[in-house]
Amino acid sequence: MTFAEIQAQANLEWEALNNGGRPQITVGTATCGRSAGAMAVVKAFEEELQAKGIDAALVEVGCIGPCYAEPLVNIKKPGWATVSYRNVTAEMAREIVAAFLLGDDPLAKYALGVFGEGEIAGIPNILSTPAFKPQERRVFRNCGTIDPTNINHYIANDGYIGLNKALGMRQEEVVDVMKRSGLRGRGGGGFPAGRKWEAGLKAKGTQKYVVCNADEGDPGAFMDRAVIEGDPHSVLEGMIIAGYTIGADTGYIYVRAEYPLAIRRLERAIQQAHEFGFLGQNILGTNFSFEIRIFPGAGAFVCGESTALTLSIEGKRGMPRVAPRPRTTEVGLYDKPTLLNNVKTFSSAPMIITRGAEWFASVGTEKSTGTAIFALTGKVQNCGLIEVPMGITLRDIIYDIGGGIADGGQFKAVQTGGPSGGCLPESLLDTPIDYDSLDAAGSIMGSGGMVVMDEKTCMVDVARYFLDFTEIESCGQCVPCRLGTKQLLDILKDICSGRGKPEDMDLLYELSHSVHGGSVCGLGQTAANPVLTTLRYFRDEYEAHINDRCCPAKVCKSLISYVIDKEKCVGCTLCAKSCPVQAISGEKKKIHSIDQALCVQCGVCLEKCPKKFSAIACVSPKVKQEES
Amino acid sequence: MEERLQTVLAPYKGKRDMLIPILQQVQAALGYLPDDAMAEIARTTGLPESRVYAVASFYAQFRFTPRGKHTIMVCRGTACHVRGAEKILEETERTLGIVEGETTKDLEYTLETVACIGCCALAPCIMIDEDVEAKLTPKMVSEIITGRNTA
Ligand SMILES: Cc1cc2nc3c(=O)[nH]c(=O)nc-3n(C[C@H](O)[C@H](O)[C@H](O)COP(=O)(O)O)c2cc1C
Ligand code: SF4
Ligand code: SF4
Ligand code: SF4
Ligand code: FES
Ligand code: FES
Repeated sequence: MTFAEIQAQANLEWEALNNGGRPQITVGTATCGRSAGAMAVVKAFEEELQAKGIDAALVEVGCIGPCYAEPLVNIKKPGWATVSYRNVTAEMAREIVAAFLLGDDPLAKYALGVFGEGEIAGIPNILSTPAFKPQERRVFRNCGTIDPTNINHYIANDGYIGLNKALGMRQEEVVDVMKRSGLRGRGGGGFPAGRKWEAGLKAKGTQKYVVCNADEGDPGAFMDRAVIEGDPHSVLEGMIIAGYTIGADTGYIYVRAEYPLAIRRLERAIQQAHEFGFLGQNILGTNFSFEIRIFPGAGAFVCGESTALTLSIEGKRGMPRVAPRPRTTEVGLYDKPTLLNNVKTFSSAPMIITRGAEWFASVGTEKSTGTAIFALTGKVQNCGLIEVPMGITLRDIIYDIGGGIADGGQFKAVQTGGPSGGCLPESLLDTPIDYDSLDAAGSIMGSGGMVVMDEKTCMVDVARYFLDFTEIESCGQCVPCRLGTKQLLDILKDICSGRGKPEDMDLLYELSHSVHGGSVCGLGQTAANPVLTTLRYFRDEYEAHINDRCCPAKVCKSLISYVIDKEKCVGCTLCAKSCPVQAISGEKKKIHSIDQALCVQCGVCLEKCPKKFSAIACVSPKVKQEES
Repeated sequence: MEERLQTVLAPYKGKRDMLIPILQQVQAALGYLPDDAMAEIARTTGLPESRVYAVASFYAQFRFTPRGKHTIMVCRGTACHVRGAEKILEETERTLGIVEGETTKDLEYTLETVACIGCCALAPCIMIDEDVEAKLTPKMVSEIITGRNTA
């Protein structure tokens, strides 16, 4: 088949699904949807459609974005706008079928909103809500709308057009388009993709490789997985275009073994791409041939670093190359020239080739073009995966898209860039999201984690948390990284446990600079960022810990006590029964008290004491035994 | 075990650069990497045993002790951390009577931590085998585990 014939066939299938007169039900069944119960919802729809004899299409799709509202279901009924339902249960699924598919009641009370043509009274249009209006779904163009296991859905949505077009261009022309698009690597560093592709093309050698980095090590980010689970062909297409451009015949996808669904989706997509002639020998009738292999990573954060990643594929310990540190584009996998990019970088390439560099650069800022994707989590109302034009401010993201702080809390900090990034305070909320502005503020763009923190988050503890992570994950080759992260961690632990000394803050600064300066890879070079930014913006919290032995957020266990208010306790005994270490004593209907020597600060009693009494409080600094 | 091991290893004779996939498949088949399996992997690939151990111990995925029937993974990702994952882990440890990385004596549960389960929106979470328990409090954790045991 020619590409035009493949497209015609795919379009027919897509048209029939969307405008064939049948209602269409789509359920988000990416990992997060599944954990919220999406598979039970799919089953309920299946059974109910069959029981009621309704002819409808049931499609499983990837991440739709608003993960807080999972399981998410969209229903497109002919003649109606598409209704999106939130937090759907099996029960609700049956109800929706009865009311909306059999009848004409769209059940507004369950709806998140409508989109597409038309309006429905009582349900807002999703795209005009503050949570969605600022968003621009480009990398997520197909996530949540197509069936990721069906290649025809991808093709019908402009899939593989970029590849077909690229194959008719000279390699230098592809590089030129990529350069003009201004696309910067989405793996965190922001290196211009076009320049990397150019270096890959210019590198000497007959054997070259393309490698996709899907290691996704930031422990608070899951967008690469969402892209793979929801739109795997976009990543494959980007890699094939890259292979053609630099003259490689093999690509590897290094994907975390903890992502089994993503791996299954990739395997299936690779097989289909072969069947359709997008992979294998003589792709689309040209003399270009390309294969893609999947390599499941075995769980080491440092393997996300380019040189460590390629060594890991070779079956070795994934330690970054120390010296000499050649460019991966020249000496990479098996010492051959290797083009290594992040998942989102590859999945951006097809649309850049298809729609042009100017289109891509039409959103974003001058030096950071296109969109940014974040996993917006933490103490924010609407957690989920978002895609926004570069240049939008942190405030817009947190307050409009995120809906502000959860549970009526007070904003304290926002963390981007994971263990390599920093915590920014309220005063920097108007910082625009782009590589250079975040860098200047002391954080980094990173690969997309964005964790919002409120007054109940202790910033010293957050620094300790990240150092705990990097200390474990340091591969240990560079002494300043291995010992420096350990020393930083020890000091932070001391401060958190009430043993901090006034000179510790200066010591943290000094150590931070030596870890930064003496490390060969990004892990060590950026390991101190969480310490430096919290010291810079939240110095008062360090001082409270050190000088007053007080943890203002009441997180650090050594600095807090749980106490019972004698005035409020009615002696219901609930707390005493639930204390795991029997630290609470008191008779029925008598005032209870906590033995501070036994208490392990688990907080269960506070949770147990009935709201109407609220007799238990958490205080810092610690109380003496007799006061409780 | 011998037989299962041989089936897994058969296609990999002399394939040194497949060491990590081999380790993954052996672990999938046996649940962990016992000493004799490690020796067998070394023989099959032709790599020194020390090298096989060096690689396996580098990656968090590989385990050298037998596992419980069920695995409980407590997420220690950032989103879960700021929503109290530490307390969740402690309560799980207390309820099971073991610490992270250990297996209960009755071989019922193995307790591990994981960097992020990917449902940060529902933090804090734990995963019991394939099921995710989300939006937890310490109280819920002990109830879920004791509930399973009495069920
Ligand atoms: C310790 C460490 C961990 C990293 N982890 C990742 C990762 O999980 N995913 C990723 O794409 N890049 C990661 N990187 C960045 C990669 O080294 C590399 O720059 C990137 O994958 C290149 O792709 P890009 O140009 O498309 O951004 C990491 C770097 C370091 C130093
Ligand atoms: S900086 Fe740290 S992680 Fe990176 S190579 Fe050196 S020791 Fe290893
Ligand atoms: S905090 Fe935990 S250990 Fe302390 S008294 Fe309350 S329930 Fe008992
Ligand atoms: S639960 Fe509250 S009211 Fe009841 S005994 Fe304990 S402290 Fe008193
Ligand atoms: S909406 Fe399900 S992964 Fe985000
Ligand atoms: S941080 Fe726990 S699920 Fe992501």
